Amino acid sequence: MKYVTRTLWNLGMVLTLVAVLSYAGTAHGQAAALRGKVVVDGSSTVYPITEAAAAAFRDDYPNVNITVAISGTGGGFKRFSIGETDISDASRPIKGKEFTAAKENGIQFIELPVALDGLSVVINKENDWVDQLTVEQLMAIYLEDGTARSWKDLNPAWPDKPIKTYSPGTDSGTFDYFKEVVVPEGKSFRSDMSASEDDNVLVTGVAGDRYSIGYFGASYYFENKDKLKAVPIVNPDTGKAVMPEPENVIDGSYAPLSRPLFIYVNVKSLRRPEVRKFIEFYMAGAGEFATNVDYVATPDDLSVLAQKFLKQKLSGSTYVTKDMGKREGGLRDIYKQENLLDTK
Amino acid sequence: MSEQEITKPSVFTVPGRLEKALRPVAGRHRKERIFRIICIAVSLSSMLLLAIILISIFYQGFATLNSTFLSNPPSPTPSEAGFYPAIFGSIWLLSLVAFFSLPLGVATAILLEEFKPRHKASKLFNSFIQANITNLAGVPSVVYGIVGLTAFVSMFQLFGNEGAPTFEWGAQYMDQFYNETDQILLVPVPDVEDPPTEPVSGMIAYRIDGKKVQVNIVGEDDVWPEDEVLAARSLRDYDMSGRISERTWYYVRLPFGRGVLAGALTLMLVILPVVIIASQESLRAVPNSLRDAALGLGATRWQVVQKVTLPAALPGIMTGAILAMSRAIGEAAPLLMIAGIVFISNAPSNIMDDFTVMPLQIYNWAQRPQEEFHAIAASGIIVLLFVLLCFNGVAVFIRQKLQKPLS
Repeated sequence: MKYVTRTLWNLGMVLTLVAVLSYAGTAHGQAAALRGKVVVDGSSTVYPITEAAAAAFRDDYPNVNITVAISGTGGGFKRFSIGETDISDASRPIKGKEFTAAKENGIQFIELPVALDGLSVVINKENDWVDQLTVEQLMAIYLEDGTARSWKDLNPAWPDKPIKTYSPGTDSGTFDYFKEVVVPEGKSFRSDMSASEDDNVLVTGVAGDRYSIGYFGASYYFENKDKLKAVPIVNPDTGKAVMPEPENVIDGSYAPLSRPLFIYVNVKSLRRPEVRKFIEFYMAGAGEFATNVDYVATPDDLSVLAQKFLKQKLSGSTYVTKDMGKREGGLRDIYKQENLLDTK
Repeated sequence: MSEQEITKPSVFTVPGRLEKALRPVAGRHRKERIFRIICIAVSLSSMLLLAIILISIFYQGFATLNSTFLSNPPSPTPSEAGFYPAIFGSIWLLSLVAFFSLPLGVATAILLEEFKPRHKASKLFNSFIQANITNLAGVPSVVYGIVGLTAFVSMFQLFGNEGAPTFEWGAQYMDQFYNETDQILLVPVPDVEDPPTEPVSGMIAYRIDGKKVQVNIVGEDDVWPEDEVLAARSLRDYDMSGRISERTWYYVRLPFGRGVLAGALTLMLVILPVVIIASQESLRAVPNSLRDAALGLGATRWQVVQKVTLPAALPGIMTGAILAMSRAIGEAAPLLMIAGIVFISNAPSNIMDDFTVMPLQIYNWAQRPQEEFHAIAASGIIVLLFVLLCFNGVAVFIRQKLQKPLS
């Protein structure tokens, strides 16, 4: 009896298969026939790049379904570390806690930088007194116990008007990153910031108030150059004030407010040809996809290195130290094979 | 306070006061005119607001509203971006919402209005349901999103992880190989739990055209065969397969996952109280004389409902239901919890498929930095408004068609 059911089951399966295959085979050429599903989730900052890659990939492989969701970097890692997603978009490197979670679930991943983003500190067009700001001045403006509540507090020559502060919402990676740079351990942001998850609201806010200041990803600044002014930020190492322009982000002089953007790929998912093809496609065109959506492409040597990581399946994170801490520094100093810590 | 009001002399009790109030002076008429002008101004201002919204939306979005927009998937290039998956996602979702919520809602309303209990215990039960429904109607919809996430998407983790469903019907699993000459070989997998297929010489596989072939294994250091036919069925021994599934249109799984069905059931929770209350209102509006007459003729309660009250209340029920549906089509908050903001390039093909809906796609575009995306967000709003208008139009049409004088 069992044998009969088994035979029938197999027969039915083969029939369905033949029907399905003959249908799929008629549609396109061989490459187009690649099928399957790629699930991506994570940062809203990285989303436009992944979306661009997915849309372009679809032209060559129309039968591969790619879904790209936005749950934020942390939310993306939550799903990634239990194996729900194949790829996780991240606007900051993986944290020790998330690394441990992936380890516990036996998830191995490859860390791939796809673009650079410079956080822009912006002021109103009619603000003619600020010519540069230091990180300390930003701290004075943005910290709860900071000393600057009016522009005059920063510089006696500046107007005696209260500083109106704008900030992205607490769920965004942009907020996390700015907090990491500007807010020291144990301190907190001032509570009267105008926060919005929608960066366009911040643009409108700063553009409409002469005494305001705000910050967001450089792409929003590039799109709104006619409405806002970016403030050159003093690089603490060189002492020079630097604008958030692409060339300064690439050569690392726009520090500390520039950050690398990553995708994390589940090694197990790379078995699947559709995921492998998509990632290869993504990494080959990452520079173009990134610049098209107003980010800065990763420097060539680093993108070559990333492709090597992918090809040789060098898994793990370069940012997590052995004691689950975070390695500090620029992307070029950290993203090296010897810094890899695997989840195995 | 109320005592004082009662004892306060009214115009009718104090001699001379009524005469004074009705004294034919211009003041009274002037007051009336002013009041009327205020009323007109208030209603005009709301009209004006609506007009401003509509005009600004049309001004922004009309230029980009074309057939490309209606038939393309979303794209990072604004001129190529389309609304197709979102439109069909919304249509799938709404059909399912209507399918679930209308029968349930109308049946509940009939129970509460037409089968009034006689015993104390069941009376208590009915009033308990009634109180719950009234309260649920006021719950913010995002709360239902969280409920839907645990109850429908992950099903309280009863059936394992949502990424790896425990029960599945209508799915066919295959392992897909992609060889060096871009040829695809598929090997059927009898059981999902089976380990990934490793390339074995002589293994049976299917080509993409459905042809059955025997796999030829080429060693790591060997030369890849030049013969095209042989190459098409060759694999390196280190080639890896990936599992894919073919899903039929009736594909069902437990837990539901982030599919259309989970979204529809969640939206059902959102609009069910609205449907029930609207249906109750229209059943209550049926004159009791009709019920009494039918009961007097010896009809059972079910016959009364079936032949008398339900037909009489149907126009009202339909209006309420379709207004509830137009609320559902614009709802974004609960679906943000279920589906999230996603890039999806296909319309759903089964009720477990991933989906996105129009409000979420509009939100996605509106938050981009580029102006062009704000324009297509506006085009999306026009499409959404158009669909909404159609729904409301149907509601009005049905009401006009079915409405019969009850006396």
